[in-house]
Amino acid sequence: MKIMELTHVKKSFADATLHVLKDISLSVEKGEVVAIIGPSGSGKSTLLRCATLLTDMDAGELCYDGIFAAKNDENGRAVYADKATLKQVRGKFGLVFQNFNLFPHYSVLKNLTDAQIHVLGRSKEEAEHRARALLDKMGLGDRGSAYPCELSGGQQQRVAIARALAMDPEILFFDEPTSALDPELTGEILKVIRALADEHMTMVIVTHEMAFAREVADRVIFMSGGVIVEEGPARQVMDDPKEERTRQFLRNYQR
Amino acid sequence: MTLLTMIVKLAEGLGKTCAIFFLTLLFSLPLGMVVALLRMSKNRIVSGVTRFIISILRGTPLMLQLLAVTYGPYYLFGAGVARNKLIPVVVAFAINYAAYFAEIYRGGIESIPVGQYEAAEVLGYTRLQTFVRIILPQVIKRILPSITNEVVTLVKDTSMAFTVSYQEMFTIGKQIANSQTSFTPFLVAGVFYYVFNGVVDFAMGRIEKRLNYYQ
Ligand SMILES: Nc1ncnc2c1ncn2[C@@H]1O[C@H](COP(=O)(O)OP(=O)(O)OP(=O)(O)O)[C@@H](O)[C@H]1O
Ligand SMILES: [Mg+2]
Repeated sequence: MKIMELTHVKKSFADATLHVLKDISLSVEKGEVVAIIGPSGSGKSTLLRCATLLTDMDAGELCYDGIFAAKNDENGRAVYADKATLKQVRGKFGLVFQNFNLFPHYSVLKNLTDAQIHVLGRSKEEAEHRARALLDKMGLGDRGSAYPCELSGGQQQRVAIARALAMDPEILFFDEPTSALDPELTGEILKVIRALADEHMTMVIVTHEMAFAREVADRVIFMSGGVIVEEGPARQVMDDPKEERTRQFLRNYQR
Repeated sequence: MTLLTMIVKLAEGLGKTCAIFFLTLLFSLPLGMVVALLRMSKNRIVSGVTRFIISILRGTPLMLQLLAVTYGPYYLFGAGVARNKLIPVVVAFAINYAAYFAEIYRGGIESIPVGQYEAAEVLGYTRLQTFVRIILPQVIKRILPSITNEVVTLVKDTSMAFTVSYQEMFTIGKQIANSQTSFTPFLVAGVFYYVFNGVVDFAMGRIEKRLNYYQ
């Protein structure tokens, strides 16, 4: 079953002749882990931002669970659904940012409960119960009353993952979740994502951690210059790429 | 006139000084937020007009604005000058301070990283919830030192109400000084202002400390 489907996405910014995304299509099955790799500036973040409604596509369609967030009109321009539909769609996904974006004025616990209470309408008890279970799972069971600034980067990112999971998304997007971390802290985040993959959480992960992508992803997508150059089963794309550009990119990552 | 009578008279004026002070804050702090939001409006005309009004309020003397609000209606429409001068005085102060607060609010709001809005949006907060629950608390913490500066200035600025002869402390001090040909009432008033600001400083310091639970 398809959880998310993006079709024929086109996007350019101020310079309309510079196409950041050129007709990209991507669909994700329930339980699938997709890794997106590619050089800097290839449009990976932009694609994720289009999928999470942070950036409007110029053209293309976006559908979650059969609900259309955007459809093309007769001129091939993306037209977004009404507010109520978009709110419903936002409930389907979560996003983990490169630089966490935790709410600094809220304690760790409140970072996890506030949206549950004020967006989902859960009771305080229910929200805290869910939050504590997630914090335990992230190995942060004792940090609920701390403030984000008191935590290490790795701990902050785990809180951010827990905050997204607390909303019970059907699919979770990650944009370079370890890039803002010191190398010795990336391991703890990769471990958490690996555990989520083992539970068959549906995930799309933009990453520069090639070994991790190869190991944890079911499917790898290689993007370059705003197009998907190659995609396929993780091992096949990583170990035996068909395209010269993929090969070149991966060669630069070998040490 | 004994020093004690002088102090009693000035203390009466201090009551009116406090009235200007608290009423000005009561109206200008929220009004400033409205002005800040208009100033940041996506509508070019709205933001442009607001910007122009702010520049006038900040670019002309408060004394002139006091005179304009108090006597303007008389010169323009032949309307009577308000009996109770507290009303025009507070109106002039509230509008003037709202302009300053608006610029402080705007700077604070614009200093919040865009990632905070994006995180809130993805979590499904409405725009109003995002502003009230996520942005505003962080803004208040950031701008508090600038607000304190303005509030301290306001304590001293209340003395400008003498231009329209509103009987606050400075106006009374000036009257006593004239009739007694003495500088003492000004010294006493100076001490009062100084103590007043000491209290303001202390109170604002307490609030800043309370917001220091995160950095
Ligand atoms: N808001 C924006 N305004 C203008 N140009 C933008 C904007 N966002 C992205 N771009 C441009 O779009 C292109 C793709 O950017 P994007 O961030 O999607 O790349 P990326 O693949 O995520 O790169 P990285 O690996 O460095 O994160 C870049 O050339 C970038 O300069
Ligand atoms: Mg990126």
